Amino acid sequence: MTDQLLKLENIYKDFGNVKVLKNINITINKGEVVALIGDNGAGKSTLIKVITGVHTPNSGKIFFKENEVQIKSVSQSRKMGIEAVYQERALCDQQELYRNIFAGREITNSFGFLKIKEQRKEAERILRDYIGFTSKAITVDSQVMGLSGGEKQGVAFGRSLYFNSDLIVLDEPTMGLSIQETEKVLNFVKGLKNENKSAIFIDHNIIHVYGAADRFIILDRGEVVGEFLKDQISREELVQKMIQLHESGKIKVDV
Amino acid sequence: MSSILNSYFVKTHRLEISITIIAIVLFLIYFFGATHVFTRFPIYRAFMQSMPFFGIIAISATFVVTLGEIDLSFPSIVGITSLTFGMVLTSTDGNFFISFTLATALGMFAGLINGLLVTKIGIPSIVATIGTLFFWRGLVNVISQGSGIAIVDEADGTWHHMIFVDKLFNLIPAQFIWFVVLTGLMQWVYRYHKFGNHIHFVGDNKASAQMMGIDVDRVKIIAFVQLGFFSALAGIFTMYEMLYFWPTQGSGLMLTTLAAVFVGGTSVFGGKGTVYGTFIGVLIIGSLESGIVALGLSGFYVQFINGLMITIAVTIYALIQKRKN
Repeated sequence: MTDQLLKLENIYKDFGNVKVLKNINITINKGEVVALIGDNGAGKSTLIKVITGVHTPNSGKIFFKENEVQIKSVSQSRKMGIEAVYQERALCDQQELYRNIFAGREITNSFGFLKIKEQRKEAERILRDYIGFTSKAITVDSQVMGLSGGEKQGVAFGRSLYFNSDLIVLDEPTMGLSIQETEKVLNFVKGLKNENKSAIFIDHNIIHVYGAADRFIILDRGEVVGEFLKDQISREELVQKMIQLHESGKIKVDV
Repeated sequence: MSSILNSYFVKTHRLEISITIIAIVLFLIYFFGATHVFTRFPIYRAFMQSMPFFGIIAISATFVVTLGEIDLSFPSIVGITSLTFGMVLTSTDGNFFISFTLATALGMFAGLINGLLVTKIGIPSIVATIGTLFFWRGLVNVISQGSGIAIVDEADGTWHHMIFVDKLFNLIPAQFIWFVVLTGLMQWVYRYHKFGNHIHFVGDNKASAQMMGIDVDRVKIIAFVQLGFFSALAGIFTMYEMLYFWPTQGSGLMLTTLAAVFVGGTSVFGGKGTVYGTFIGVLIIGSLESGIVALGLSGFYVQFINGLMITIAVTIYALIQKRKN
């Protein structure tokens, strides 16, 4: 039990009459990458929004580091050590890289003025140590609009590592990226484990998911219908399960 | 030469450099076209006297424009706060502190209303501030019943009059010194304070800014409130200079002020801008009328050349932006 980072117990979430999440029970361990898979409308996004504080559940309990918590806002979840990385909304295009890294958590003096030197120095360290940018074309003063999709994603990752988040929530991190870029992003995800960080990650592409995750949780119409460790299931079997679910609306669980 | 053009400073300050060059060219035209006027001091004193009235607002409006928002109501905020200042000053026998506090508080209140309409009700700022533009001017008309207020007896020769509009060494109008100091201060806040930083992020991409934990509504409201404050301040400067309140006070400021912001290089799309650019924009827009007349052209050319300047400047910025992308 000491490995447990996040635990959701009997989580329910309704939007009006629509029951979006029904009795969700999941656990994320330290240093583990968990993939949420399932069709559109299965409740994946709502589930991660409950974790990042965008939505509050109607009932159920959330435990973080074995303490019961209530996550009411994005800034609260960030303070606890949960960081979301969104493909489209990770960064602001016209602002410099170092300002993006510290946006919302600026290093300032007591009058609120930015410590530019310190921010730039730390940003350089993040680029070098966490992200591994070696290209001379990208500096901390670069505007974000000059970066490729994968590079932007890398900066968002680097930021979450720097701020020492324990759990990184990735909402379709490879959406709209080229094959090469996708590779980079998946490598970032794998790299999280070396830092003993955990991640929850949503992706439509089972091949991406299989490569990067340790465990798969299958959602269907608001319920967890299957859970597999990577050791227990081959990629082909996982694909089979999804087809089975798609065709019959049921899944044969044999964990 | 090419190494200078490619230097870091030049690359990151293209807008500022362009606007400075435009201003220098313009003043060279004045200088050689109307040497008899521009080799003497009075024209510069006239500039320094009149520019701060809309310049102070333009500097402050740069923050709102960088948010991707606009405020069209400031001319009427100038009106209502000037009226308040005049009424309170005359009825308290010249009590500066009460008059100043009430006028600027009302300005901030008017800004707060704009901010709340935009953020909490969700009315686009261009629409909301057209509403408040008419509202505050209407209120001025109702209260003043169309008549002005003279503050000569209460203000002329007082210490506060000196602080606001006296001539330093008998040469430099105090309001211009205030204007320069405020520009420096606001540039500092704009680039190096958390608030200025948040202004840029919210103007760049509201959704991203929110995801980064920036309180978007709060940033917008504060931006409108400070514009309300500086509109009141500009009104008070004008009152001290003229020693008179008239009911249309401020209503001519709209186009010159916004023109200065846009000529200065701040993007109407939000996320990018420059307070320094706005300052130079004020020097350009504020000098055109007298400059053109001094050059021997008739006053009929003023609007035409004004339009030309604005169009040329924003075209240059659009091209710079295009090349960047």
